[in-house]
Order: sequence, then C-alpha cells, then structure tokens
Amino acid sequence: MGTSSEPLILTAIILAKVAVVLLVFLTSVAYAVWLERKVVAHIQSRWGPYLVGPHGLLQPVADGLKFLFKEDIEPREVDRLIYYLAPFVAFTMAFASIAVIPFGESITILGHKINFEITSLNVGLLFILAVTSLGVYGIALAGWSSNSKFPLFGGLRSSAQMISYELSLGLALVGVVLISGSLNLREIVDQQQGLWNIVRQPLGFLLYISAAIAETNRTPFDLPEAESELVGGFHTEYSSYKFAMFFIAEYANIFTVSCLATLMFFGGWHGPVFGPHLLRAFLPVLWFGLKVFCFVFAYIWIRGTLPRFRYDQLMSFGWKFLLPLALANVLITSFVVAWRAS
Amino acid sequence: MAPLNHILALSVILFGLGAAGFVIRRNIITIFMCIELMLNAVNLAFVGFSRYLGDLSGQIFVFFVIVVAAAEAAVGLAIIIAVERNRQTLAIDEIDSMKM
Amino acid sequence: MLPLFYIFGAVAILAALSVVLQQTPVYSALSLIVVLCSLAVVYLLLGAEFLAVIQVIVYAGAIMVLFVLVIMLLNARRETPADRSRMARWLGFPLLIAFFGQILFATWRHFSGLHATPQMAAGPKSIGELLFRNYALPFELTSVLILVAILGAVILAKKQV
Repeated sequence: MGTSSEPLILTAIILAKVAVVLLVFLTSVAYAVWLERKVVAHIQSRWGPYLVGPHGLLQPVADGLKFLFKEDIEPREVDRLIYYLAPFVAFTMAFASIAVIPFGESITILGHKINFEITSLNVGLLFILAVTSLGVYGIALAGWSSNSKFPLFGGLRSSAQMISYELSLGLALVGVVLISGSLNLREIVDQQQGLWNIVRQPLGFLLYISAAIAETNRTPFDLPEAESELVGGFHTEYSSYKFAMFFIAEYANIFTVSCLATLMFFGGWHGPVFGPHLLRAFLPVLWFGLKVFCFVFAYIWIRGTLPRFRYDQLMSFGWKFLLPLALANVLITSFVVAWRAS
Repeated sequence: MAPLNHILALSVILFGLGAAGFVIRRNIITIFMCIELMLNAVNLAFVGFSRYLGDLSGQIFVFFVIVVAAAEAAVGLAIIIAVERNRQTLAIDEIDSMKM
Repeated sequence: MLPLFYIFGAVAILAALSVVLQQTPVYSALSLIVVLCSLAVVYLLLGAEFLAVIQVIVYAGAIMVLFVLVIMLLNARRETPADRSRMARWLGFPLLIAFFGQILFATWRHFSGLHATPQMAAGPKSIGELLFRNYALPFELTSVLILVAILGAVILAKKQV
C-alpha cells in the first residue's frame, strides 16, 4: 500500500459500492411493488399478477417497460419547469438517504478494509432526517405546478401532513439517541450488541412506526393520494416515466424508513454469525435484509387491513396524540439516562 | 481551506443581493425571502469567523439565528395570510393605509 | 477541497441573483432553497457539520416548506412590475452597488491573508456542551420566544382581524 495508485483504488471501491447498493436497492424496490400487489391480492382472496412469468415474477419488468413506452402527456397550463422538476426532486431525495445507511460489518479484500456502507457520517441520522424533510418538495411542487384542483389539494395536504409528522418522527428517535449518545448510525448499532433498543424504547418504536407510515404517505394515512376523493392526488396529471418516478420514490421511502427502524430499534445487522470467513462477513448483511423485509411486509399488511383516516382525524392524531407522547418519551428517557449517569 | 476574506466576500455579496431584493421587489413574500437571504449571509460570516478564531461561540450564534428565523417565519407568514385575507393583494405598495 | 468552496459559493451567488430577479414567487423560493443547500455545503467544508445538517433540516426542510405552502395557498403568481421613478433607477442602483462594493473592498483588504485554524471539532457533542453550559439562559429564552411565536401565529391565522 501507500503507492500512487492508492487514491485510484479507493475511488474505484467507492464507485463499485455505489453501483452495487443502487442496483440492489432498485431491484428490491421493484420487487416490493410485486410483493405488495401479491400480498394485498391474497389478503383480498385474489390471485394478483400471475401472467408474466411464474407467479407473475417478471411483472416489475413488464411494468417498467410499459411506463417507459407510454405516451408522455403534458397538460396545458402547467408550469413547465417545475412540472418536470418535481418528479426528479422526489426521486433524488428518496435515493440520497441510502448513502449513509450501514448494512453490515466490514470485509477485507486484498488488504483493503471495505465497510458495508457507502459513506460514514458522524451525523448520519440527522442526514437521513434532512433528506427526508426535503422530499416534501417533490410532492408539494408537483401538486402546485399541475395547475389543477385535485393535485393542488393533494400537494397541500401532503405538505401539511409531512411537516406535522416530521416532528413526531424526529422526537421518537431522540430517545434512542439519548441512550446511545451518538448520531452515527454505526455506533448506534454497535451499542445494541447485547440488547436491542426495542426493549429499552418500546414506546419510541411505536411512535416512530406510526409517524413513519404517515411520513411515507401510506394507508391508513394516504390522504395526499386518496383515490376515492382526490382522483390520484398530487400525481393526477403525471403520466409515463414521470409517474413511475413518483411511484419508485414512494417505495424507496418505505425502504428507507424500514432500514432506519432496523438500525435504530432492531439491532441492525446483529444476529447469529458462524461459519467460514466469507460467510461471517455476509451473514450480518443477510440478517439486516431479513429485518428490513419484515418491515416492508408489515407495511403491506397494514395497507391490506386498515381503512383510511379522515383528514381532521389525521391532523389531531399527529398533534394531540403522537407529539405529546413523543415529548413524554423524551422526558422520561432523559431522566432515566441522567439518573443512571449520576 | 478557503482564506477568511473569500468567505467574507461571499457573505457580503449575498447580503448585498438580499438588500437589493428587499428594495426592488413588490411582493411581500419575496421581500420576506430576501430577509432570509440576508440572515443567511450573516450566518455565513459567523461560521467563517468561528472557524478562523477556533471558537465555537460563533456557531452557537448561528444556531440562535436559525431558531429566531423559524419563529419569525411562522409569525411573518401568518401576518401575510391575514393581510391577504383582508386586502386581497400581496403587492406591498398597495397596502399603504392604516385603515381598513 | 479548495475548489468545492468556490463552486458552491458561485452556485449560492447565482441562486441568490435568481431569488432577487425572478418575477414568480415560487421560483424565488426554489432559488432560495438552492442558496440554503449550497451554504450548508459551505458550512460542511468549514467543519461545521452539525450546523450544515441543521441548516438543511430547519431552514430548507421546515421554514422554506412553510413559504412554499403559503405561496401555494395564496396562489401568488407573477407580480406586476412597479412603475419606479427614473431617479431610483439611475441613482439608486449605482449607489447601492457602490455601497456594497465599498464594504466588499474593505473586508477583502482588511481580512486578506488570514487562514482558518487547522482543525476544530464542531460536532453535535461540542456544540451541545457549549450551548448548555455557557449559553443555557439564552437557550431557555428562545424557547419562550418560540412559544410566543406559536401563540401569535395561531391567533393571527384564526381571527378575522
């Protein structure tokens, strides 16, 4: 080591990591859509996609091709720049947060220690919250620029909803931060070596998961795109690949909050590790993926089971129930932490 | 690392643009945004000095400025909504009388 | 390291120009978001990583969302250009430029050749310690300020004045 080619190799490693993570992430997102259609169908005693490939397994490919080749409709009277910008904003912000998510220990190949994450940030948790808080713009701007009443309502609703629930989301995570004393996701996971945080922060977890469902605009909080009252919500006027981008962004956000829940409350990649060197390196990644999958499945299950809230119920639930409980949780946790320290 | 005077130059330029916008714009919301721009220019100067002096107090000030800006935005935008509701306009030179 | 500061500084200046010159409020708001984000990158380069993230979460993620929400709510479209007096145009702008040019020149000269201290910890931990040790009273005062602001906003938005 220490030769002149060192920075070149490091750059190559980072690029390779980005490519692999992005590829895996995109594939999982595509198959999450398939999983959702299949699971919801079985909950409702239907078969779901069955024609393309065995058990409809090639359905995501067919959907993707269809989205790409559909006519790209641009309604009159739209604000063109923002109309085209909005899906890209939603898409980028949904994908930016995977940059700091660690999904395993590390592996040593040819003398290079490779961490299972794209980059490690001391304020990784805050970075994810920051990126999620920017995701609002995609939806709000899509609603506004379409220049049509249903998207506008959808956009306004979603902005109000996301601002409201962001508070509870952040505060629910403060308890974990207080316990582990760090904002670095890797350190938070290492803290849970013996005991997962779900045991120490059961209330925090429940609050987080409720706020996260609202933050990703999913049933029972999917008011921004309530089909029965708002046609399609903020993306009513979008078609073809631009609609696909919103669609992918929504599922990518589900994965992000599931990853965060796994890291913060369920011990990240911790699990039984055995076997030879290579297996030891990759088993944690498998545990991490399995935990995230459970969360994604729970998301779909909730969608198949619960009816939608009314808008005023949604707002009072966020402000009058979740937020006070989250504050109480922070208060109690900080008392306990201070009491233990003294 | 950029020298201190380059950081301050950026700060001055941003502040100047904010001040110019404050003077030439007519829409209340845009004027408000120009004020935010000026606040950010000052924050940048604080961070630059904090880095140069090796003293974190400057960053604490930025923290306070951001908190105050949040409070200011909440009240200011509420006032703008109230004004629009009563006068049906956002142009600042049409809102020139104290009486309704 | 060095060129990044100039790249994002240039982006900030261009976006700030756009904030001032755009006729449509939504475009101004979007440009301001770009300014805020590029300033966050500049903070990061200056070693203030906590402030950089706070800048994005609070400024770009909360305050500017409020702005965009209000613009959408009031449906603020293009503003009509003002019939400014000729004196403002031919006297005001040169004076403004001269004034800020002078400040720019003075700061440039006075602080030239000074470089930042090599390394400084500005993570959440050191900021928090300083905040709750030396600045505890101002911190508590801001919480009162925010309470007052919440009450003010609720009353202003509710009542038909």
